[in-house]
Amino acid sequence: MQAIHHIRSRTVVLPATDVDTDQIIPARFLTTTSRDGLGRALFADWRFDANGNPRPDFVLNRPEAAGCAILVAGRNFGCGSSREHAPWALHDFGIRAVISTAIADIFFNNSLKNGLLPVLVDEGTHGWLLAHPGAAVEIDVEATTVTLPGGRCVKFPLEVFARHCLVHGVDELGYLLSRASAIDAWERAPTR
Amino acid sequence: MTALSMFEKIWRAHEVMPETAETPAVLYIDLHLVHEVTSPQAFTLLRGRGISVRRPDRTLATLDHSTPTDPQQVFGGVPIRIESAARQVAELERNAAEFGIDLLGLKDERRGIVHIIGPELGATQPGMTIVCGDSHTSTHGAFGTFAFGIGTTEVGHVLATQCLLQRKPKTLAVEVSGRLAAAVGAKDLVLAIIGQIGVAGGAGQVIEYCGEAIRGLSMDERMTVCNMSIEAGARAGMIAPDETTFEYLRGRARAPVGAAWERALDDWRRLPGDVGVAFDSAVTLNAGLVEPMISYGTNPGMVVPIGGRIPQREDEAFLKALRYMGFEPGEVLAGKRVDVVFIGSCTNSRLSDLRAAADLLRDRKVARGVRMLVVPGSQQVKRAAEAEGLHDVFTAAGAEWRESGCSMCIGMNGDTAAAGHYVVSTSNRNFEGRQGQGARTLLASPATAAAAAVTGRITDPRELMA
Ligand code: SF4
Repeated sequence: MQAIHHIRSRTVVLPATDVDTDQIIPARFLTTTSRDGLGRALFADWRFDANGNPRPDFVLNRPEAAGCAILVAGRNFGCGSSREHAPWALHDFGIRAVISTAIADIFFNNSLKNGLLPVLVDEGTHGWLLAHPGAAVEIDVEATTVTLPGGRCVKFPLEVFARHCLVHGVDELGYLLSRASAIDAWERAPTR
Repeated sequence: MTALSMFEKIWRAHEVMPETAETPAVLYIDLHLVHEVTSPQAFTLLRGRGISVRRPDRTLATLDHSTPTDPQQVFGGVPIRIESAARQVAELERNAAEFGIDLLGLKDERRGIVHIIGPELGATQPGMTIVCGDSHTSTHGAFGTFAFGIGTTEVGHVLATQCLLQRKPKTLAVEVSGRLAAAVGAKDLVLAIIGQIGVAGGAGQVIEYCGEAIRGLSMDERMTVCNMSIEAGARAGMIAPDETTFEYLRGRARAPVGAAWERALDDWRRLPGDVGVAFDSAVTLNAGLVEPMISYGTNPGMVVPIGGRIPQREDEAFLKALRYMGFEPGEVLAGKRVDVVFIGSCTNSRLSDLRAAADLLRDRKVARGVRMLVVPGSQQVKRAAEAEGLHDVFTAAGAEWRESGCSMCIGMNGDTAAAGHYVVSTSNRNFEGRQGQGARTLLASPATAAAAAVTGRITDPRELMA
């Protein structure tokens, strides 16, 4: 995996709460056997109308959203299905971080494994971000801070090992494979 | 010694390496269930790195999500209509053969929805850690397992190492006292629980369901409850094993036999949490107060008793959900039009669910203009239902009787409802577009779904039982 140190971008704001992964990428796009090119299916039913034309009023279709790598989302983003296609689609679309007050468990985990940083902030910071779409924000992964325009800097929680993997580009599978002797020993234990 | 919860006991027994401040635990996985949708990219990764599957004997694959339920496409020699789904099925067949994994193929009599077949085959056993690239893996917790959904990257980790890197989650006790009233089912109970704690109420936690009402549930019902733990945002749900659990497992194809069975029973009896164990948090509920429930919005926490009214709220998320559903705040749901009824999914497609639906449909007809689809959870459920004549009840009433699979729960195989249509569904998710673009899902029990099929309206099933 590629190491990530900083993410600097203007934000795009999607304030809806409880956005489930069926919205992030509808099930009909899951009959793929690849993980590439899913950005076109991102929020398909919100981005496009029944004839496949972009809905001009949806935030990700607005000209200001072009090039934004930070998505500010409502509470409980990514709930529902475990489909890793959701972070794949966001990443392929160009999103590198999701900021919210709550991000669902499996989606949170899946994101970390795909270079998409889930960032949890307090209500106050979140409220400010929701009210200021397009704000230029900087995320420092190693320091686990989000810096808002004007210099206000807030910490966010990130599990130590996950941070280590992101900052150093460590591949978790490689780490697990390097523990093979411990796994062998566990499997051979007499109680099993 | 400190009192341990059941979760804690299972966790400790599977720590290959315990967690430290710097590193998560390396947790051993006893059973890995695989299906065609979330596995192809994981096998590609293994192939690319030249890694084999560490424990094919602990891996079981099935076809369910994108597979057809039309008998012609399964058994009749007609090709799978959706080309990309056909490719996905072929890819899992190839991967299973290449990596030496047991696959219950399309025509296999043991095939079915992944969370139905694990228990049905006796592969799901108390005390296990079980994972699958599917969020409803929580279903298996009904047997006193720690079972949870993972993403495709982690599917690759388990295939390669039989382990996962995990931080220990917190625990939440949901204690349900009393008894469910007549005509109120496990689905109603779990919808009431989610309605109470909310769709993020279990976030980051493992729920242990306990109390008199839970002890009184059959295994089918316990699975329905644990299945929907994820809809409360929980990582897993679990119920302590007891005689009901052991009776269910005895004699199943993959359950231990003879002396091994006796040894397993000894182990399983030690699994329930110790007296005086403390949970990180707890909620209580009285089962006696639960009524048949139905959802009105676009997440499973938006539920009311079937005779109730949609709440009056002003917030944008709530109003957006109601706009999608075509409802107004404060409206009564009973009596509203229904277009489609779906009986199926890993929540409610076991034999007892089909019986509950058939009991209401017997000597009745599906209302004019209503399409009713009955999709058994597995081929074994299908054959058992046919042996009792349930399929005759459904087809005589005018319902479609299908081969097993996820079907309209997720709509990947072409079983979908039209935009604007109302679907009373025994599945678990009423998200926008889940059952077809623009389709509107109302989650309910099999009895409530069958009642809607008969009247063509949202109906309290107790009215048809009198
Ligand atoms: S029946 Fe529905 S919820 Fe269950 S595994 Fe299939 S798609 Fe998922």
